[in-house]
Amino acid sequence: MNSRAFRKATVAVAALSATAIALAGCATGGGSGDASADPDGEITLTLATFNNFGYTDELLQEYMDENPNVKIVHNKAAESGDARANYFQKLGKEGLADVEAVEIDWFAEAMQYSDLLAEVPDSAKGRWLDWKEAGATDADGRLVGFGTDIGPQAICYRADLFEAAGLPSTPDEVATLFDGDWDNFFDIADQYKAATGKPMIDAANSVLQGIVNQMEYTYTEPDGTVIATENPEIEDAYNLVVERAVPNSAYSGQWSDDWNASMANGEFATMLCPGWMLGIISGNAPDVSGWEVANVFPGGGANWGGSYLTVPANGKNVDAALALADWLTAPEQQAKTFIEAGQFPSAIEAQSDPAVTDSTNEFFNNAPTGQIFAERSEAITVTPFKDANYFKYHDALQNAVNRVFDGTEDQTTSWNTWVAEVEAF
Amino acid sequence: MTSTVTRPTTSGPADRPTPERAPRVLSFGQKLSRWDVKVSPYLYISPFFILFAIVGLFPIVFTAIISFQEWDLVRNSGTFVGLDQYIWILNDPKFWTALRNTFSIFLLSTIPQLLLAIFIAAMLDRNIRAKTFWRMSVLLPYVMAPVAVALIFSNMFGDNHGLVNNILSNIGLEPIPWHKDPFWSHVAIATMVNFRWTGYNALILLAAMQAVPREYYEAATVDGANAFRQFISITLPSLRPTLIFVVITSTIGGLQIFDEPRMFDNTGQGGAAQQWLTITLYLYNIGWGEFNFGRAAALAWILFIIILVIGLLNLLITRRLVRDDGGRGVVRPRRRRKGVQS
Repeated sequence: MNSRAFRKATVAVAALSATAIALAGCATGGGSGDASADPDGEITLTLATFNNFGYTDELLQEYMDENPNVKIVHNKAAESGDARANYFQKLGKEGLADVEAVEIDWFAEAMQYSDLLAEVPDSAKGRWLDWKEAGATDADGRLVGFGTDIGPQAICYRADLFEAAGLPSTPDEVATLFDGDWDNFFDIADQYKAATGKPMIDAANSVLQGIVNQMEYTYTEPDGTVIATENPEIEDAYNLVVERAVPNSAYSGQWSDDWNASMANGEFATMLCPGWMLGIISGNAPDVSGWEVANVFPGGGANWGGSYLTVPANGKNVDAALALADWLTAPEQQAKTFIEAGQFPSAIEAQSDPAVTDSTNEFFNNAPTGQIFAERSEAITVTPFKDANYFKYHDALQNAVNRVFDGTEDQTTSWNTWVAEVEAF
Repeated sequence: MTSTVTRPTTSGPADRPTPERAPRVLSFGQKLSRWDVKVSPYLYISPFFILFAIVGLFPIVFTAIISFQEWDLVRNSGTFVGLDQYIWILNDPKFWTALRNTFSIFLLSTIPQLLLAIFIAAMLDRNIRAKTFWRMSVLLPYVMAPVAVALIFSNMFGDNHGLVNNILSNIGLEPIPWHKDPFWSHVAIATMVNFRWTGYNALILLAAMQAVPREYYEAATVDGANAFRQFISITLPSLRPTLIFVVITSTIGGLQIFDEPRMFDNTGQGGAAQQWLTITLYLYNIGWGEFNFGRAAALAWILFIIILVIGLLNLLITRRLVRDDGGRGVVRPRRRRKGVQS
């Protein structure tokens, strides 16, 4: 090889290596962070959500029309688990969207890094229900999450199946029937089973979720003490679910393919349903006409689910992102997303908005869902304390119920396995 | 012969004895061409090693560092805890269950898969119509995304409304508890793996089969050996090195099995009683479920060591099997044996 060719080759090799290094660099960090100082300059804001927040293209277009210098790019993750992995992988580094949705399930984990999130402007404070706002306020008193929706729970049921089982079937009658504690709920389940031979409840673990959401302290206390295995309330809940919900449930847990299919074929007659569950039922059983919703929940009220919008503090356009999150969670927009996707508002003003309170749901026999969920929301008296470890413990307890349901372990063995598992954490 | 190959040096020793001439200084171009000979081969292969150092070696070393710490992913900081993470993993019953499941799924997938692949390859090796069509067809499952395969199969293996159980109950049999019994869950997952990889392995084995000289078969036919006898005595021994390669790749793949068990139910936790929790799935759940990267890193290193040990075992077995017959067929060793006898 002559020297010229050699020099060429050297350059080529150097270029290749440089490209390789650059590529590898991009994978870990990458992207430049030039903040545009001009407030009226063209800005592209990214918004990351999951499932269905009801943020339609029309809604976002409305914001872009009001703010011509802003362009919104909306990324939807398929489910909240994907969003969660992405969130913690990039938080504090680069690559997160300007506005990121966080589900209440893993919000406590995000709150550990509240210093990496931008603070909600004072003008927006006081907009949300107290407990919703308290959940997003850190130890230093910084509010870092814009509340989107909440999940007040009611009972969804199949009127036709109730009638066939000789039970009362209109929403008012059913509300009276279930009015009471969990024992009453299981008594009716026993009656239903005696009459039809079928389970009344969809899944044992949704009952566990309902009961646990009515406790203030579940697995840990605010000072970090782990009470999971000693808490008598948890042990009672476990025993109640295992002894009475398991024999009366069609499934151990929700969200499996079988469970999705079962909403249409009458395998069971009731589901504990937060507002957002209505869309899931109507989506899975579009041709079934018997579904109704009753304004009642065993043992009082309970909240299941609901999300926040957060703004990572190291984003490129933090101020513009805060403005967008502010607008999206304003009462007017929350009313729109309730009608669009059934996300019951966490903003106090939106809950009394006639657009919300007068809304009805055609699939559920024109039930006044706005009214029902507003009342279910008022019935919530306990805000469970959930720290960053909550879901680790709750998942393990759900598995304990699953094992009894599957028959792989009996009630006591499964509890002991859970205790051993918790000790290993 | 060799002297012509040796490169003549630029400053030949013949020049030196002449005292009038100053020792010749090498020109820059000559120096370059010297370096060229010495250095450029390394430069040519360097891109791979540079890339490997960045995306391969660095993560391995970094994982080792993290595995001795209590690591906070978001803040990228950790506190040193020594071997605690390793001790925790080795004392964790879930780890041992995961190890059992991994090997069980590995055996349930590798063995039937190889038998089937050899059979398919042998069929494809015969003189059939539309050869290319059949050969391409067996590769089709491999082209499908593993997650798509897992989704379809999970649907088939549903406990209550799955296709398989529907058929079983229609012909009056008991439905199989796919998601409750460890063995049946392993069978279901192994089926997905087999679906995906059998055709791939069949093609590799087919390529090896086609390299077997046809004269062997002709001679065998003349000797009166039937097709089965030919397969046992000619095809299989010739396939040995390829089979070992296929076994090694399936071992590595089998020990890292993730997509299929992850998609086997909707939570991806490996079952309430860890029926189908595999090591990589457990690793993922510790890392991305609990964000406990110290433990996940320790588990990753344990898995690395397990694979290394099994790889070494494979190597030893390979050497034993391949050493004496040089990798090609039965004929040579027989000749050699004859040679020894005479």
